[in-house]
Amino acid sequence: MGMSLSQLAEAAASELEKGWKWDKAVCRFCGTGCGIMCATKDGRIVATKGDPKAPVNKGLNCIKGYFNGKIMYGQDRLTQPLMRMTDGKFDKKGKFVPVTWEQAFDEMEKQFRKAYAEKGPSGVACFGSGQWTIHEGYAMNKLFKAGFRSNNIDPNARNCMASAVAAFYSVFGADEPAGNYDDIEYTDTMILWGANMAEMHPILWSRISDRRLSNKNVRIVNLSTFRNMSSDLADLEILFKPNTDLAIQNYIAREIIARDAVNKEFVEKHCVFATGPYDIGYGMRNTDKYAFPAEKDTQAKELKVKLDKYEAVAQRRAEGEVVEQKNTADPAKHWMISFDDFKKAVEPYTLDFVAELAKGDPDESLESFKGKLQQLVDYYIEKDRKVVSFWTMGFNQHQRGTWVNEQCYMNHLLLGKQSQPGNGAFSLTGQPSACGTAREVGTFCHRLPADTLIPNPKHRANAEAKWKLPAKTINPKIGSFYAKILRDLEDGSVKWAWVQVNNPWHTHPNTNHWLKAARENDNFIVVSEAYPGVSAKIADLILPSAMIFEKWGGFGNAKRRTQQWRQQVPPPGQARADIWQTLEFAKRFKVKDFWGTQNVPGLKAEGYEDNKLPSVLDEAVKMGYSPEDSLYKVLFATPANLKVKWPDPVAKGHDNHVATLLGDGWFPEKALWQEYVQFGRGKGKDLADFDVYHGDNIRGMKWPVVDGKEVAWRFNEQYDPYVKKGAGFEFYGDLFKAIPTGNLDGITDPKPVPLAGKAKIFYRPYAAPAEQPDANYDLWLCTGRVLEHWHSGTMTRRVPELHRAVPAAVMWMHPGDAQKRGLQRNDLVWVESRRGKVKVRVETGGRNKMVKGYVYVPFFDEGVLINRVTLDTTCPISKESDYKKCAVKVYKA
Amino acid sequence: MEARRREFLLKTAQGAALAACGGFIWSHLVRQEASAAVLALRPPGALPENDFAAQCIKCGQCANACPYDTLKMATAGSNMPIGTPYFEPRKVPCYMCQDIPCVPPCPTGALAKSLKDINKARMGLAVIDEENCLSWLGLRCEVCYRVCPVKGKAITVETHPRQISKHAMFVPLVHAEHCTGCGLCEQACPTQEAAIRVVNPKLVQGKIGEHYRLGWKREDQITQDFGAAPTPTEPADQAVAPKKAPGMDTLNQGIDF
Repeated sequence: MGMSLSQLAEAAASELEKGWKWDKAVCRFCGTGCGIMCATKDGRIVATKGDPKAPVNKGLNCIKGYFNGKIMYGQDRLTQPLMRMTDGKFDKKGKFVPVTWEQAFDEMEKQFRKAYAEKGPSGVACFGSGQWTIHEGYAMNKLFKAGFRSNNIDPNARNCMASAVAAFYSVFGADEPAGNYDDIEYTDTMILWGANMAEMHPILWSRISDRRLSNKNVRIVNLSTFRNMSSDLADLEILFKPNTDLAIQNYIAREIIARDAVNKEFVEKHCVFATGPYDIGYGMRNTDKYAFPAEKDTQAKELKVKLDKYEAVAQRRAEGEVVEQKNTADPAKHWMISFDDFKKAVEPYTLDFVAELAKGDPDESLESFKGKLQQLVDYYIEKDRKVVSFWTMGFNQHQRGTWVNEQCYMNHLLLGKQSQPGNGAFSLTGQPSACGTAREVGTFCHRLPADTLIPNPKHRANAEAKWKLPAKTINPKIGSFYAKILRDLEDGSVKWAWVQVNNPWHTHPNTNHWLKAARENDNFIVVSEAYPGVSAKIADLILPSAMIFEKWGGFGNAKRRTQQWRQQVPPPGQARADIWQTLEFAKRFKVKDFWGTQNVPGLKAEGYEDNKLPSVLDEAVKMGYSPEDSLYKVLFATPANLKVKWPDPVAKGHDNHVATLLGDGWFPEKALWQEYVQFGRGKGKDLADFDVYHGDNIRGMKWPVVDGKEVAWRFNEQYDPYVKKGAGFEFYGDLFKAIPTGNLDGITDPKPVPLAGKAKIFYRPYAAPAEQPDANYDLWLCTGRVLEHWHSGTMTRRVPELHRAVPAAVMWMHPGDAQKRGLQRNDLVWVESRRGKVKVRVETGGRNKMVKGYVYVPFFDEGVLINRVTLDTTCPISKESDYKKCAVKVYKA
Repeated sequence: MEARRREFLLKTAQGAALAACGGFIWSHLVRQEASAAVLALRPPGALPENDFAAQCIKCGQCANACPYDTLKMATAGSNMPIGTPYFEPRKVPCYMCQDIPCVPPCPTGALAKSLKDINKARMGLAVIDEENCLSWLGLRCEVCYRVCPVKGKAITVETHPRQISKHAMFVPLVHAEHCTGCGLCEQACPTQEAAIRVVNPKLVQGKIGEHYRLGWKREDQITQDFGAAPTPTEPADQAVAPKKAPGMDTLNQGIDF
């Protein structure tokens, strides 16, 4: 042979790679935030690789990340606007027909005006995303809140980390984690609470595994309701019953006190104790008007809950007592209590009590389970042992998600193991920009950028000033959260909705309701999509979207790292970036369409007439606006933004199809970034300038970026310049930092006490799940992801190799449970709840080892639409759905 | 029917069938051998199997030239085309003679004369059965590593923590880029059945997708200037929408509720 095989391969490779151009980018998938490099040629991504310079992943990728370069090229990629039509006219009952952008926007505008005229700002809504780029989220947030004066915009991140946010707010007064991934290399103990990191954060898991394997003293604990792949490496596996993590946390707190392990100096200097009401419901509707007959008994728990023996002990009431849920309207309110009250509250959570309540595996002995709980406490308490607690959806998608997040901080704060390298409670995120876009930009129905809130008049005034809006433009009424928008579509209070970068009808629980509401009610649903998923199928109008590398963008990952990328390739056909769609739509409306008086049913705020938004047109004219000005001009192509010119040297020859199509010479992504960063600067949320992130040597930066430097550990004087000198630690977040005083039963002195710089240690009791297995629906159902697929599979199921690896969802079940039902592996079964049923194949082996009485069905597969079955309870505080527990039965199909 | 008579009738029928279908069966056997030949290890410089089988005239010159009697000629029933040269490393490996004496005598070019450096020969690829490899089990063996003629390249040893004791493991790894397939490792492997074997790479070798590169193995700088942006493939604005578009059919199937 003339040349060896390897030489041949090399020659072929260099021939193939002629003319390739490399640039940095970010992985499209999870919240880990791996850096990648993209090679492009002739307008196509020809290859990607893990970026060896990215500190998160150092050149590695998981199997999803390996396919970043292929997700754009599925055969059914949407490249043309499609509208339901009959005889050339829009018809809700018609079939999808290709239309031009002009036709699409014409109908979209017409329908928007109709809904707005009928229902006002509350009648329109947007389903946003933790996969929006930061710039896209910022643009839509501004269009809705400043332009349409509607706060009905909420991201799918609501169903991902809203509970984490609610606890960050209530405990620290500021969102997002104190630590960063380097904690993995500093710590001795990693405790996973409802986070199967081996599958869901694969690259972080390899770092954790490396830490464990290279250090004998390191310990890993996996707390879960069934055995998953993270148990393979764990030193200790604790299988508990749904919701009993609440009791286990209180057992740890009780032991910390009983063993005199409270870090008294830390707690006295930096913390206070607090609690809130217990009777807060389960985030369901308070009426059964829309419930299917079979689900009425579960829905009734929203109003009244009969306490079981464990709840009764925990709430100091009698077993069997029926408790009216009186605090569903204000579940987040809380007040200060004394340490003695706190101690009294956790006293019932003895080892015996908690072990009996929490043991999740019927085949495990109580003694064995008790031993494990004691070992867990030992790890937390051991004096010089550093501890990081990680969690994701097990805590967040939880009927008491906010509470269980708060409890995790409770124990870290009691021990003083917080905000130090290797010590801290670390909330991970699921989506690539749940932090960067949904949280930091504040694309929630109650938020504004950089931890400012809609109900706070000062925060609204701040946004109005930064956005150069007349005072009182922003609607003071909190909008509809994600689940509520779907309920609004069902009850007819929302008539027009726009979906960007998410798939609500596939991913929201109890979806039979929402599918029917979309198709049968009088409403208009616009879905911006790249592939024909479930939400596209129920849409009235589909707008073809550019995908990640076809536009300029930026994501913020789970540890405050902001990363940006350039457009690498043009979008195919008529596909366009979501930000272009938003800006183009804004061109169709004038200031006078929205800035006059508007009816907002339920609006009650100081300085406002009830149910009314005032006209701000006079004020607008004084500020130099004309009522005839377009929203595009007033909100986006402002005089300041038009000065940020396209083309720009930072592009280094890359295109920007958004700037090119707009054609008025500005660089929207950069201009809007520079406008956005004004919100967080000087407030502990500082982001760097646009060009900094595009520097060749930058691989993202952790905010706050102060004097060009990142902050590794927040609230710690050694690392965080925002902490006062000499304070040691300072929890300087300023939200909910003045609260009343009370005891375990309620408020005794309503006068708010200021708590600047302090964190709160919450007492939260055990609460039983709203729906539990019974004689008819006799199994627990949990849902979630698998490593190979991303969310609803619209992208990963278009990659033939990933589809081949995991072609369909299966139902993992204990072999004993299968046998009891006469089922074998691969049998086709119905899994049915009060709400719906789907067919799926049984799997009794493989990656998940279920405990008896518990099944798991992942949600990526449109053909096994498990969210027909799931229950739409939420954490009443965070409004995040609980996907981890509902009752089902399984029988042969 | 008595047993003996039944046996007689059966044999007669089989004989008739064989006579009628003889040609078919023979060709079937040949095909089977050809497909099994992918298992065969050929002399240095052998062309890819199909070309080799077409060009080899089964003259045996290469085997005559082999000083170690490594090369044998396939006999009937050896599951290879009869008369073609092959070797079995566990019995006699290829000792990788520097002057490659087996190649020049080949009269047809079935063994490529362009092979001048024996290290560039690719007779096969060594693969390790990790479950039965003593080194992978933690024993200090590594015989394969030490006998390898391309030592330190074709086989390297990595040290891993053993986890279950306070010792490290020295695990051999084969690198296809350098492995000639000579089989010295297979011959020397001290387990009862060799835990390292040379096979045709086609049987075992995977391939990473063309769309991916290993980030830590190469440095690709951010390209400083992309030059002019490519022209969009379709005009920015359409006057009229097309009649059909991707995804339409799926979408119009709708969904039950």
